[in-house]
Amino acid sequence: MNPIISVNNVTKKFGDFTAVDGVSFTVQPGEIFAFLGPNGAGKSTTIKMLTTLLKPTSGELRLAGHDVTKEQDATRKMFGIVFQDASLDDELTAFENMQLHAVLYGINRKQVSGRIEELLKLVDLWERRKAIVKTFSGGMKRRLEIARGLMHHPKIMFLDEPTLGLDAQTRNLLWNYIKELNQKEQMTIFFTTHYLGEAEAVAQRIAFIDHGKIVASGTTEELKQQTGTNNLEEAYLKLTGTQVRDETLDSAEGNRERFRSIMKNKQR
Amino acid sequence: MSVIYILWLRQIKRFSRSGIRIVMGFVQPLVYMLALGYGLNSVFQLSGRGSYIQFIVPGIIVQTIMFSSMFWGANIIWDKQFGFLKETLVAPVSRMKIMLGSALGGATISLIQGIILFIVAFVLGFRPYNWNYVPIAIVFMGMLSMAIISFSAGIGAVVNDMQAFVAVNNFLLIPLFFLSSALFPLDGVPTAMKIIASVNPISYAVDAIRMTLIHQSHFGLWNDFFVLLGTLIVLLAFGSYRFKQIQA
Repeated sequence: MNPIISVNNVTKKFGDFTAVDGVSFTVQPGEIFAFLGPNGAGKSTTIKMLTTLLKPTSGELRLAGHDVTKEQDATRKMFGIVFQDASLDDELTAFENMQLHAVLYGINRKQVSGRIEELLKLVDLWERRKAIVKTFSGGMKRRLEIARGLMHHPKIMFLDEPTLGLDAQTRNLLWNYIKELNQKEQMTIFFTTHYLGEAEAVAQRIAFIDHGKIVASGTTEELKQQTGTNNLEEAYLKLTGTQVRDETLDSAEGNRERFRSIMKNKQR
Repeated sequence: MSVIYILWLRQIKRFSRSGIRIVMGFVQPLVYMLALGYGLNSVFQLSGRGSYIQFIVPGIIVQTIMFSSMFWGANIIWDKQFGFLKETLVAPVSRMKIMLGSALGGATISLIQGIILFIVAFVLGFRPYNWNYVPIAIVFMGMLSMAIISFSAGIGAVVNDMQAFVAVNNFLLIPLFFLSSALFPLDGVPTAMKIIASVNPISYAVDAIRMTLIHQSHFGLWNDFFVLLGTLIVLLAFGSYRFKQIQA
C-alpha cells in the first residue's frame, strides 16, 4: 500500500539552528502513529511542515499523494489538527468557535449542530457553550481545542500533545473516542505525547526523534527488542538519554510566552 | 454560511463585545475636531474661508478611518500571538477568502466609526451641503478603509511584535495624515508642501469626502476617485501577497 504520509529527507533550519535534520519516515493509511521525543527535538516543527504552516528548507513531504509544499490547498483538504498550543478565539464563545470551524471546513450544515453538541458533551463543555472562551480555565480550553479538532473527519488527524494538562478520566475518554474514529472511519492518526504509557497503549507504530533526527522506529515490541528493555519508557530513555532539554521557542511562540507572562503579571 | 461571512461576523462580534474599542475609536478624533475646530475657527474665518469646523470634519473622518483601519494589521499580530491565525491558515479555504472576510469586517468597523464621528459632528453643528451626496462620501470612506486595511495586513503579516507594529504604524500614518490636505487648504501652502500633499493618496481621500460633504475640492472628484482606486488595487495586491507568505 502507498503510505498516506511520507517524509523524505526533510530539513528545517531557523538561521543557524537546525530544528529538523534530514528526517525520513512513512505512515500507512489507517495507522495510529506516535511521534515521540524530548522537548525541542523537532516534533512540532515536523508537524508544522506537514500541515503547511512552515516550509521545509529542503526535502519532500507528501500527504495522501499531494506534495505538501507545492499543493497546499489540496493538502489542507486531507487533514485536521489539534495544535500543541492555543489556537482558539478568546473573544468568542465556545459554540461560536465550533461554528466557525465548521464553516471553515465546509461541514454539511445539517450535521453541524448535532456534531457540536455531541463533541461539547464529550468534553463536558456543553453547559458552558455560551461562555466566552477568555473565561475558561486552561484545561477547559484544551478540551475545547480537541472537540473542535475532531469536528470534521479528515483522512489524517494530527494531534500535537493533545492530552497535555488533562486529567486521567478525560484522557481515557478521548483516546477511546479517537480509537473509535480510527476504526470506524479508517482515519490515520499521527500524534505526539510525553505520556509514554499512552503511546504504548494506543500507537501501532512509533518513531523517536531527538536533536532533529529519527533515532529509532517500529512497533513497541520492536523498539523494546532493539534496545533490550522491558517497556517503552525504558527504551525511550535509553535512546534519548536522561538529560533534561531546553525547549527552543520560535519567534511566534516566544512572543506568546512573553505576552502571557505579561498578562499574568498584570492580573496579579 | 460562507467563509467570508463568518470571518466578517467574527470581527463584528469581537468589536461589539469590546466597549472600550468602540469608545476609543472616536475619542481621539473628537479631541482633534474640538481642539482644532474651535481653536482655529476664528483665525480661519478671519482669512475669509468660512467655518473651519466645516472644513476639518472630512479630514477628521479620514483620520478616524485611517487609524481604525490600521488597527486591523494589529489584529493579525494578535491572532498570531494568541494562536488563532494557525486555525485559519491550516483550513482548506483560499487565503484570499480569509483575508477578504476579515478585511471586510475591519472595513465595516471603520465605517461605523467614521459614521459615528459624522453624527457627533452633526450634533456639534456640522452640516453636509447636500444629503444626497452623503452615500457617495461613504463609498469613498469604504475605499480608503479597504486600502489602509490591505496595507496594514501586509505589514502585520511580516511583523511579529506589537511594539514594532505600532512604531511602523506611527512612522507612516502620522506623516501621511499631517502632510495631506486634511487639516489645511492646499492653495495657500508653499509649493514643496503642495507637491508632497499631491502625491499623498490620503489627500485624495480627504478631497473626495470634502467634495461630497461640503462641496469643496482641490483635485476634482474624478481624479480623487481614480487615484484612490489605483491605490486600493496596488495595496490590495501587496496585502494579499504578503498574507499568502505568512508562516506560523
